[in-house]
Amino acid sequence: MKLHEHQAKEILKKYNLPVPEGKVAFSLQEAKQAAEELGEFPLVVKAQVHCGGRGKAGGVKLVKNMEELEAAVEGMLGKVLKTFQCPDGKPVNRVWIEKATPIEKEYYLSITLDRSVSKPVLMASAEGGMEIEEVAKEKPEAIHMLHIDPDLGLMPSQARKLAFKLGLPVNDFVKIALGLYRAYEELDASLVEVNPLVLTKDGKLVLLDAKVEIDDNALLRHKDLEEMEDLTQLDPLEVEAKTYSLNYIKLDGNIGCMVNGAGLAMTTMDIIKLAGGEPANFLDVGGGANVEQIANAFRILMADKNVKTVFINIFGGILRCDRLANGLIEAAKMVEIKVPVVVRMEGTNVEEGKRILSESGLNFITAEDMWDGAQKAVELAKSAK
Amino acid sequence: MAILVDKNTRVVVQGITGKEGSFHALQCKAYGTQVVAGVTPGKGGQEVEDIPVFNTVESAVKETSANCSLIFVPPAFAADAIVEALDAGIELVVCITEGIPVRDMLKVKHYMLRNYPKAKLIGPNCPGVITPGEAKVGIMPGHIFKRGTIGIVSRSGTLTYEASHQLTRYGLGQSTAVGIGGDPVHGLSHKDVIAMFNEDPETEAILMIGEIGGTAEEEAAEYIKQFVKKPVFAYIAGITAPPGRRMGHAGAIITGGKGTAQAKMSALRDAGVHVIENPAFIGKTVAEVLGKG
Repeated sequence: MKLHEHQAKEILKKYNLPVPEGKVAFSLQEAKQAAEELGEFPLVVKAQVHCGGRGKAGGVKLVKNMEELEAAVEGMLGKVLKTFQCPDGKPVNRVWIEKATPIEKEYYLSITLDRSVSKPVLMASAEGGMEIEEVAKEKPEAIHMLHIDPDLGLMPSQARKLAFKLGLPVNDFVKIALGLYRAYEELDASLVEVNPLVLTKDGKLVLLDAKVEIDDNALLRHKDLEEMEDLTQLDPLEVEAKTYSLNYIKLDGNIGCMVNGAGLAMTTMDIIKLAGGEPANFLDVGGGANVEQIANAFRILMADKNVKTVFINIFGGILRCDRLANGLIEAAKMVEIKVPVVVRMEGTNVEEGKRILSESGLNFITAEDMWDGAQKAVELAKSAK
Repeated sequence: MAILVDKNTRVVVQGITGKEGSFHALQCKAYGTQVVAGVTPGKGGQEVEDIPVFNTVESAVKETSANCSLIFVPPAFAADAIVEALDAGIELVVCITEGIPVRDMLKVKHYMLRNYPKAKLIGPNCPGVITPGEAKVGIMPGHIFKRGTIGIVSRSGTLTYEASHQLTRYGLGQSTAVGIGGDPVHGLSHKDVIAMFNEDPETEAILMIGEIGGTAEEEAAEYIKQFVKKPVFAYIAGITAPPGRRMGHAGAIITGGKGTAQAKMSALRDAGVHVIENPAFIGKTVAEVLGKG
């Protein structure tokens, strides 16, 4: 789960980390009040969206007076911000207004999990402001990696060494690195990223931006963080799917997929592509889906207007094929099925499942195997255009 | 032979009185697995269809000589359940539970490495392990597997079923099929299981089913290149997955340009692995290459 910059900064401030003084605003009036409370210009207005690359897209503005602030806020609130990372854009429903920081130099600092060694890794670089992916590609030697022992935690001497290498104020940097790791641990974060960490003209370190992502599995013990989630930043269908414990991700194609199991769901997307088509979504109904979940999954999938054909690929294990078939019949009662549906079923109770479907009077197209199903779905999607 | 589990494996099921735990304990038993005990704290003395239930894994091990644990407890308590099994001297822990916080697994993994370097963990968030005809320690449908000589290791459950089903259709049985799970921090890796198959005389060829995210497939490729003489086949799921989106498995995400299907496939090809691009042709390809089609 992603947090907004303003939420991340407000939380990190509680860890005594130096973030610029600022306020969040949901309306122009709140923005003006925030500016008055902050007391002096220049201020920076930052659109709050779950998407990188805001600066280049006009989502970050330096303002010198109230008129400029009003113009900046009006240009953001209620609009959709499109950046190179999110070409479809994200709605801006709040802005963060903070005191401008006089920048001397920008750095990069983050903590995440290095899966290859099962240890958290702190990454720091003097190439701040840039996307770390770019730095990793073009100047990998510029990224310092520090693996952290999960039992011991991050030790001051380890952070100190890094501060000397980067030429940063040692005590300030150690305090920031240790505080950031403490936050990473206590919040069950999967990522904390400060890009940039800046050295100010008067020699102080400031977290100019902050990105925090929480491990979804850990939300069960962080109800307070879970409540902070801004659902407007997600696709509405994805939000709805979540309420039925379905794993749905919307994509750009026109062949809707319904599959059990994450691996098989990815595979189904791949095989559609191999057959010359484009998947409209990733949808894993899970191992133990019931009739209601299957019916809802089908409804969500059909709600995507781009879907021209549906490909259902189920390998029955715990999810028996007869249960799937009954779910589809229920779904057909809930939503009008306007597009062709290709069904490939295999595994537990497959004969029973096939019998239920064929006797249902519904016009489903059955497939012999995955490849047959994918080819049929692609062909149908093409002829629908 | 086969690897990890066989007819002598004695299984204790942690969380046996839960809905899933009891269902699968009985399914495993019906398959022929020696399910000798169950554990649910506070329910010691009860029975689940003749399987005795104990309060602790320690007492279950003492009374029944169980040497393998199968875990179904809810995510908030699963890390603790793994530790309890390890502390009781269990050599093989199979954790089915999905949704365990990463931080919990991180602590457990390092605790295990420090204190029980010889113990093995499969999962979490996995279908388990099966040696067809001998023992099923997991949630997979037993009937799609057939005894044979292909070793399977996979991150994904249903994809393992798909692959086994395809192999079985071509008359190719499995020595053992291991589902290592889709979480970012887990026990046995692709490489670990491939090393076991490499040593197993019954396994003649290895099928690895990987997916996007992480570098486990690349590490396996490195190992195969150096040590494995048996034919190895691989399929990688997620060629079409967009970067930055988590595809169901917590591990299946492309970040920082790393973990793409292309990178994994090219590392595997470089190691002499037969990379299968079309997932519908897994069985066919293995059969053709091994001359058994």
